[in-house]
Parts: sequence; C-alpha cells; structure tokens
Amino acid sequence: MAEQAHPPKTNRSILHSIAFRNIAYQLLLAAALIFLGWYLYYNINENLDRQNIATGWSFLNEPAGFDISESIIPFDSSQTFARIFAAGVLNTLHVAFVGIFLATLLGVTMGIARVSRNWLVSRLASAYVEICRNVPVVLHVIFWSSIIRLLPHPRQALEPFNGAFISNRGLMLPFPVDNALYPWLAFALILGIGGALIFARWARYRREHTGQYISVFWPSTSIIFGLPLVVWALGGAPLAWDYPELKGFNYQGGISLSPEYIALLIGITVYTGAFIAEIVRSGIESIHRGQIEASRALGLRHSFIMRYITIPQALRVIVPPTASQYLSLTKNSSLGVLIGYPDLVNIGNTSLNQTGQAVEAIAIMMLVYLSISLTISIFMNFYNKLVAIRER
Amino acid sequence: MVDIQSKRTPPPVAERVPVIRWVRDNFFSSAWNTLLTILIVLILFKALPSFFEWGVLNAIWGAQDHTSCRSEGAGACWAVIAEKHRPMLFGLFPYNEHWRLIVALIIFVSVVCITLSRRFWNLKILAPLWITNLGICSLLMWGGLFGLEYVDTQQWGGLPLTMVLFTGTVVFGMPIAVLLALGRRSHMPGIKAICITFIECMRGVPLITILFVAVNVFPLFLPQGLEFDVMVRVMVGMAIFFACYQAEVIRGGLQAITRGQYEAAEALGLGYWQMMVRIILPQALRVCLPGIVNHIIAAFKNTSYVLIIGLFDILSATTAVMQDPLWRLFTIEAYLFVALIYFIFCFALSKYSQNVERWLDEGRR
Repeated sequence: MAEQAHPPKTNRSILHSIAFRNIAYQLLLAAALIFLGWYLYYNINENLDRQNIATGWSFLNEPAGFDISESIIPFDSSQTFARIFAAGVLNTLHVAFVGIFLATLLGVTMGIARVSRNWLVSRLASAYVEICRNVPVVLHVIFWSSIIRLLPHPRQALEPFNGAFISNRGLMLPFPVDNALYPWLAFALILGIGGALIFARWARYRREHTGQYISVFWPSTSIIFGLPLVVWALGGAPLAWDYPELKGFNYQGGISLSPEYIALLIGITVYTGAFIAEIVRSGIESIHRGQIEASRALGLRHSFIMRYITIPQALRVIVPPTASQYLSLTKNSSLGVLIGYPDLVNIGNTSLNQTGQAVEAIAIMMLVYLSISLTISIFMNFYNKLVAIRER
Repeated sequence: MVDIQSKRTPPPVAERVPVIRWVRDNFFSSAWNTLLTILIVLILFKALPSFFEWGVLNAIWGAQDHTSCRSEGAGACWAVIAEKHRPMLFGLFPYNEHWRLIVALIIFVSVVCITLSRRFWNLKILAPLWITNLGICSLLMWGGLFGLEYVDTQQWGGLPLTMVLFTGTVVFGMPIAVLLALGRRSHMPGIKAICITFIECMRGVPLITILFVAVNVFPLFLPQGLEFDVMVRVMVGMAIFFACYQAEVIRGGLQAITRGQYEAAEALGLGYWQMMVRIILPQALRVCLPGIVNHIIAAFKNTSYVLIIGLFDILSATTAVMQDPLWRLFTIEAYLFVALIYFIFCFALSKYSQNVERWLDEGRR
C-alpha cells in the first residue's frame, strides 16, 4: 500500500514506554537495596557500639588463646587468629579432598553395581543408595561418631592386620620411615605419568594416521608404576616401617587418624557416595542400547566399546552433577563443628564466641567457602569443555 | 507381494521364564558374576546371622530398666526407645499435652498426602485445606484458646518442630524461589545481575554459615528493641537457602518452555505477570516437578542442621536425651530409630517423585 499507516498519534507519556519503565524499575530496586544496605550498616554499628564489641580485622593479629586438637601446620594457643583460621582452612581442605576421592571411588563402584546383571549385586547396591541418601548427612556424621565412641579403649584395640589399630582414639596405621629416596620416588611417579600421557598421545596419532591400534592400558600402567619401582630398587629398596606402639594411654609412632576425622570422613563419604552412585547409574543408562549393539555389530571388542563408546558419552551426563556433589561434600565438611573436628567452621565458631566479632568471623567462613566453590566450579567447567561433544 | 503390514500380528505372548534360567541369568551369567555371587553369599552368611542375633534374637525389647541391657550377651537395646520415645519425639513439650502433637501430626501428614495426589490439584480445594490445616496445627501447638494450655515456642521440640521448620522453609521458600528464577531470566540486566549474584553466593556457602548469620548477626541488623523469635529467624534463613537451590530448578523448567508460548501470550495482550502466572509458570513448574520434590526432600533433611544452633528438632532432642548416663551406651539404637523416621518420610517422597516423572512421561506420549 502506498499510504503506510503511521502509528496513531496518542498522548502517550514517557511513563508508558517500556524502555523507560525497565530503567525505572531497575533504578528503584538499586535504590531500595542501597537504602537497605545503609540501614543495616547503620543499625549494626549502633548495636555493636552499645554492646562494646570491637569491629574490624585487627583481632586476626592477636593471640587466639585456644588450642586445636589437630592441625597440618604446627599451632599452639599463643599464635594468632590468622594462623588458626589458616589451620582450619587446611583441615577443611584435607577432609574434603580425601572425602571427594573416596566418595568418587564408592559412588562409581556402587553406580556400576546398580546396573549389574547380577541380581544380588544390583539389589545390595540399591539398598545402599536408598538407605544412605534418605537419611540426613547430620545424622550420618553423628551416627559414625557415636559408633567410634563405643569402640574399645586403646589397650583392647582391634588389630585388623599387623600394625593397624582401631580404638576409640581413632585409627593408627604404620607409615614408612622417612628416607632421602622418597622425594625421588614422587618425582619418578610424576615423570611416569607424563611418559604415559605422551605414549597415549603417540598411540592415538599413530592410530589416526596408520589405522594400527596399539593397546595403551598395559604399557602406560607399567610406565607409571614401573619407573618408581626401578628408582626404589636402585636406591637400595628401603623397607623400614614405623609401627604404632602402645605407650601409656595411647599409641605413638606411625600415622594416626583422629576419631573426629574418621567419623566426619565416613559420614560425608557414605552420604555423597550414594548420590554419586545415582548419577553414575543414570549416566550409564542414558546410553542408548543401539549404540552398544551397533558397536558389537562392527565387531569391536568389549574393552574398546567401554573405552571409546560408553564411557565418553556417559561422562557427559555424569560430570556436571558430580561436580555439584563435590561442592556439597566440601560444604558438608563443615559438620566437623558438630563432633569437634577443627575445621574452618568449628574454629570460626570458637573465635566468634571468644571475641564476639560475629560479623567478621562469619564473613571469613563464607568467603573461604565461596572461593572454594568458585575454584571447583571453574575447574569443572574446564573439564566439561574438554569432554563436550566436538561438533564439526 | 505380501503386504507385511496388513497381516495382523498377534500380541506378544508373555514369556515364562523357568526358575533355573532366571537363576542362571541373574546369578551365574559369566565366570565373573559367579565369583561375585559366591563372594557375596559367603559374606552375607558370615554377617547376617550375627546381625540378626544382635538386632532380634538377643535384643531387649521391653521397657525394663537399663541393667538388663547391660547384661552379658545382650543384643540391641530397643528398650531405650520404649523408655525415651516421648522426649525424643516431642522434646520439652509439656508431657500431659503430647496428645495435641499427635493429633496435629496426624492432621498435617494427611493433608500432605491429599496435596500430593493428583486428583486434588486445584487451588480451590488446596488453599482452604492448607489454611485450615495450618490454623488447626498452630492452635494445637500454641494452645491458649478453648481451654488448651499455652505452650511457648521455646518448649516446642522433636518431630513437630522438624515439621514446623520444614513447612516454614517450603511455604516461605517457594515464592522466593519463583521470584528469583524469574529475576534470573529477566531481560533487565540490573535485576538479572542482582539475582545471579544472590543465588550463586547462597549456593556457594554451607547452610551452617547461614544459620550462624540468622542466630548471631541478624539481631544486630535490627534497630534496638525489635526482636524476632530464634525459630522464625532460622526458618527464614533456611527458606532463603532452599529458595536459591529451588530457583535453579525452576529456571530449568522456564528454559524448557518454547518461545511460541511467550509470543502467543504477548499476542493476546497479556502483561508480564499475567503471562507468567497464567501461561508460563503452570507449565514450567509441571516440567520440573521431580526436581522440585527432590529439593523438598533435601529441605526436610536439612532441618536436622538446627542441632548445631541448639533448636530441639527430633535429632537434637534425641542427642540431648541420650546424655542420660544410664542409657548412654545405647545411643546407636536411638539414632537408628530416628534414621528410620527420616528414611520413611524421604523414601516415600522420592518414590512419589518417580511417580510424578512417570505421569509427566504419560502426558508427553
């Protein structure tokens, strides 16, 4: 049509413009938030002044005045709050890392067991999953803590194998006597892993260019474990172990894991393991039967199907929710405060009661957990990109 | 040519699997499976009888005194539950008024069951039902009317407190979750940024720290003279924490709604809130219902965190009761009893969530 209809002229004010309204809403919200923030800040200052509570971070440089039962870095009560918080963070990371490792192991095993064709295996695995994930993690931790409390005294400790003792003082294990060779062993292990990675890459390059398939598993396993073994043998094969021995009321020597640590570790591992098992099961079941049947029809070997068809596809389903399980395991390690494991929250809580500086103590806890969460999720996003489908 | 399609294929005959073949397929399908079966049967043979002896044969069931539990060769001491179940289940609530809690629990659980069944998914039924339910339950808990003795919230405890915290978390949390999810999907960058920051910060910290804020810091935020009950503060903290996780689930549901739905709603001239409330949210919430139920289960389990800040839910009440030196050795039995209560509730809800998934699949087919 020649005469293009102009929009009818009405007396529209700027109030009816969507763009204006959007900006106005956002400005209003921002203003409300700023006012709320100012109001809370004003109140908090007023209240703290009235209660004579100090503010600011200077308390971090004062002596803590309380001791903790275990710490990776040496600590005594005359050292500062800053150091005791650092000790708490390390304890949290310690239990979280070991917990993540064990929960993954347990979860993957149980997840595979749930889809097993063996009736007994799959039923037992589902019993584990259903029982453990339907009971709160708080109860898990307290439950294990009270079981450990019922164990015999160190004098009647259980000895499952030579040199290991279980008692209500925790778990004592023999540990290799320190030797100048051990740093070299670690170095050899890293070198071995590097060598295995290079070998795998070469094998892949060769397969893609010549079509020849070279088994990677056995050669890389022998490189990873063989190299340290050779170094160990060349270094005179030191075999001395430090065994725990009963002296007085408790054991000396070897390494000891405190009852609090064990209770927390078992509690969060068993709980998170059940969730990871469910994730692994759904990952495996997400793979279409046709994929496996097609691979079989192509005459591929079982191990090859697992390695190149099943696992890469299942991982894409498994990794993102598993990452959030790792995060929640780390956050659940804060339950140490319940049973006396000196993790970050426990130490923060004690400092809060000692100094009265609740805002600062809680801010430290939250910031540390936020940065741990952020680190894990950045790492997991990176891994996710690595295993994502590369579409052409 | 024979047209295969035209031949009526008979319905498949249900295969009758002989027992021997079932056993072979399920237990001995390969050498590895046979090995596993034998190993597990051996372990079960070793473990089960002693467990059975501990839990059933040698267990002390009756409510005698603790000495019979301590006698040589005694198994599990279930008598501890017979002896202590009142303070475990109902905390510090006045002993003679416990019947009120039992009635309240029965009413509450039946209303939950009604809410969950699909037949009653109608706001005209559910809204009055819940208002009456909450009214009757609070009357029974607080009392003070109709000749019922007044009971302060300080004395609330045990399973009813768990239920109160749980209900509060979900009832306050769901609307916040919907608002946060909508905010995160908003086209306004300011609102979107605020919602994302809030959600991610809350999801990055443990629940304990939020409870610490509710208990220790929140009173400092208020002007002098204004105070809230600690139970309310904790409930609000848990509701916000729950809302941030739930918001992510709802966001997933919102993302599953196709653009056409929004465009059709806009074409009909609906405003933002009308479009969301009448068109988008009913569909989005349906899609992500299984996820929502999963987080509701998590909220129920999370109520046990109040143990750390000293509210007497069922778990803390049990822990407190078990300080009794006479019965202290039998803590495990008491905790198993509490675990069973949590298990029944959470397991039922998770089975329900699986049912919901099946209904949704039926609708899609």
